[in-house]
Amino acid sequence: MRTPAFILILTAVAAALYFAFSYVGNDYLFFAGYTVLQYIVLATAWNILGGYCGYVNFGSAGFFAIGVYTTVFLYTVGQQIEDLVPEFMLAPMQLIFPLPLPVMIMVAGVVAGFIGLGMGYLTLRLRGVFFAIATLALTVVLETFIVNWSFVGGSRGAYVIPPNEVPIFGHFINFLFVLMLVLVILALTTARLIERSKLGVGFATIRDDELAAEASGVPTLRLKLVATVVSGALMGMAGAPFPFYIGYVEPASAFNLSYAVNSIAMPMIGGTTSWIGPLVGALLLGTLQQVATVTISSAVNLLIVGLLLIFFVIIAPRGIVGLVQDQLRKRSKT
Amino acid sequence: MEFDLLINAIIAGLMLGGFYAAVTAGISISFGMLDIVNIAHPGFIILGSYIAYIVNVHFGVDPILIAIVALPAFYALGSIIYQVYYQSFEKHGQDSLRGLAFFFGLLFVTEVALNLVFGVDYRTVEVPYIGGSLSIGAMEFPVRMLVPCLVSVAMFGGLILFMSRTFIGRAVMAVSQDPQALQLMAVDPIRIKRIAFSISIATASMAGAFLITIQPVIPSSGREYIGRVFAICVLGGLGSLPGTLIAAFMIGVIESITSTFYGPSWAPAVSFGLLLLTLAVRPSGLFGR
Amino acid sequence: MTDAATMTEPLLHIEQLGKRFGGFIALDGVDLSVPKGQRLGLIGPNGSGKSTLVNCICGTLQNETGSVTFDGIKVDGMVAHQRTRQGLARSFQLPRPFRSMTVAENVRVPLLYTVNARSHPHLSESELDDRCMELLKLVTLDAKAAKYTTDLTQVEMRKLELARAMAAEPKLLIADESMAGLSHSEVEDIVALLIRMNERGVTIIMIEHIMRAVMTFSQRLVVLVSGKKIADGDPQDVIQNKEVVGAYLGQ
Repeated sequence: MRTPAFILILTAVAAALYFAFSYVGNDYLFFAGYTVLQYIVLATAWNILGGYCGYVNFGSAGFFAIGVYTTVFLYTVGQQIEDLVPEFMLAPMQLIFPLPLPVMIMVAGVVAGFIGLGMGYLTLRLRGVFFAIATLALTVVLETFIVNWSFVGGSRGAYVIPPNEVPIFGHFINFLFVLMLVLVILALTTARLIERSKLGVGFATIRDDELAAEASGVPTLRLKLVATVVSGALMGMAGAPFPFYIGYVEPASAFNLSYAVNSIAMPMIGGTTSWIGPLVGALLLGTLQQVATVTISSAVNLLIVGLLLIFFVIIAPRGIVGLVQDQLRKRSKT
Repeated sequence: MEFDLLINAIIAGLMLGGFYAAVTAGISISFGMLDIVNIAHPGFIILGSYIAYIVNVHFGVDPILIAIVALPAFYALGSIIYQVYYQSFEKHGQDSLRGLAFFFGLLFVTEVALNLVFGVDYRTVEVPYIGGSLSIGAMEFPVRMLVPCLVSVAMFGGLILFMSRTFIGRAVMAVSQDPQALQLMAVDPIRIKRIAFSISIATASMAGAFLITIQPVIPSSGREYIGRVFAICVLGGLGSLPGTLIAAFMIGVIESITSTFYGPSWAPAVSFGLLLLTLAVRPSGLFGR
Repeated sequence: MTDAATMTEPLLHIEQLGKRFGGFIALDGVDLSVPKGQRLGLIGPNGSGKSTLVNCICGTLQNETGSVTFDGIKVDGMVAHQRTRQGLARSFQLPRPFRSMTVAENVRVPLLYTVNARSHPHLSESELDDRCMELLKLVTLDAKAAKYTTDLTQVEMRKLELARAMAAEPKLLIADESMAGLSHSEVEDIVALLIRMNERGVTIIMIEHIMRAVMTFSQRLVVLVSGKKIADGDPQDVIQNKEVVGAYLGQ
């Protein structure tokens, strides 16, 4: 299938989903659906570096939070524009601020991408394990800075007040839901494009054997940096609408460990070698958690995620997609 | 006045560093010597803290004593985990991705399980010496810090002796440096690795008891130690126990000074920042070759 | 042959190459000049620095002293993939295939990342496929093109290593112990293959322990002991050299 056709189909599915939810007319569906979509973006983004290149990023929560706090920052600037900008600049700045949310998402992507580039440049020359440890460290360093940065709320947190109504979409949550759908389409298309391109081949050689990759002419460091930037940028973009979704952000919610766990567990459970894996994993685990949060406690559902992760890495290393493939192969043989 | 503050910050940092040595000992063995990236280690430390808490609350036993009694249990836990790790990952060669995810899952499950059992309230132990403090001139030695520090350093010294003097200890060192020598010694590398890994998990029992003696503990306390232990481990040079000990004291002192003069909220960033810096500039560690 | 070849500018020129690991000196000022088209054998006892030399030439490791000039260009400081693109390919002592790919896909990687990085216009999909099959035919693996590397035998794995190295269209190929652990007839198979490659105009450095193969293959023989070159010249002369005999008997 060609990429435009793929995007068209995704868009059709997204539109169908939106109208189905609107028809039911329950806001909760949009709220729950938003979270699942957000996990699809995070899992797909994680997989571009983790699944394709084999570099484990434990810092998904960090990149997500970069997006969250980029929005908080830009929003706060918009709120306090009179105090922040000298008088003669005020008129032009008021034309720009407050920034529309889609622009904030893009800025968040750029910021997260740059931080990914910086960190990758520092650590991607080393063994993969060191990169993994560095990503753990990054999250804590970032959280410490945010906790101590009072402009974006510090440890107290910050309020971001969404407008009640938006044109065309009505409720603001509908608008957020559509934005997240667009991000999902963007993430899945990017992942699929990479998979089928020369870049995807290069990523796979890095995952399989870096020395052999270099000897075959693959510029491994540059490719790893590309993966880190794309992956980080998508995670940042996934985090950018979050303040508007939740209304009040504090470091503990933006840097929540469950983002890191889920964005690893979902691809691992779904399957890491293609874009379908993270999608399947995120849909399954994401929905499961939404249901479980209502019916049982959220601690229990995180426990389930953790146990599933351990179970799958031991028993089914190629994830659900791998299991299905094996079944199909067996059936075609008999 | 300022000078007294500095002296006391350094003393507090040294005691903290002694405690960090115990926290890092396990990682220094598993990651540094066996190349097993056990990021779940802090989770087991917190498990140790809660075991000490439970027994202490019911029977009033000293947490460090409890930890010593619990050593065999942790050792057995280590054996089981290594067996699973070996069978599922190590045997099939270099699939570090899944191995890492496995330990990450363990860390997470431990934390959430503790959360379910004990809730998110801070837990602490009751020991007679906990409030006491020795002072020499302007220097203050809170006993709750001093006792864990001393026991920890003693334990660390024991580990260094064990690794350098005993047959098994030398075999562990050989596993990391010279697998061929191991074959000449006619020992099974898997058995050696299992023993070493079990020892590394056993140290978590002690570290956990120290931790809850020093400060109240919640299930998520382990997280702040993940980066710290790896920072110390990498800074000290992988596989070098003496290097690890020195690095532990260094990080302790730097953190203590930072929190005294800039506020405790900055302290976590110090070790992580140092870790990032070390990885970027000198990944073989300060004392590595 | 050797005399005429050395007249022209060498393809590979190494000067005073040095490398140490901690206190251990792996390479101790090695000089070596390889003319175009030559088949050079490189031997030495275990730990003599052969692999380190290969790694320093190919950029897997960076030398600390001295210099490596390849095809008139100083390649010191270049990382491995840049040197591969200059025309310097290698096979690995222990085969390192891309395990998630088929045999044909393995060979495609250097075509995509080295040949296409050099040549414009890029090879089309069908040209890529043709090249792959051609290379696999050269190493007699064409029947296994669609197989995954886990299904290959030892000797097939070695052949794949060589095919993948050749896919980069190298000027110089370094074959690092391509025959260790193979049977008598398999060794002959690989030697014949390397000679065929050489006849296509590729200069080859072969590192090997199997003396029969070395003597059949080499036009010139170099011996490395403790990181130093102790002999260099006609293979028949070199193996009778006292120092060489001593180094091997002493082992």
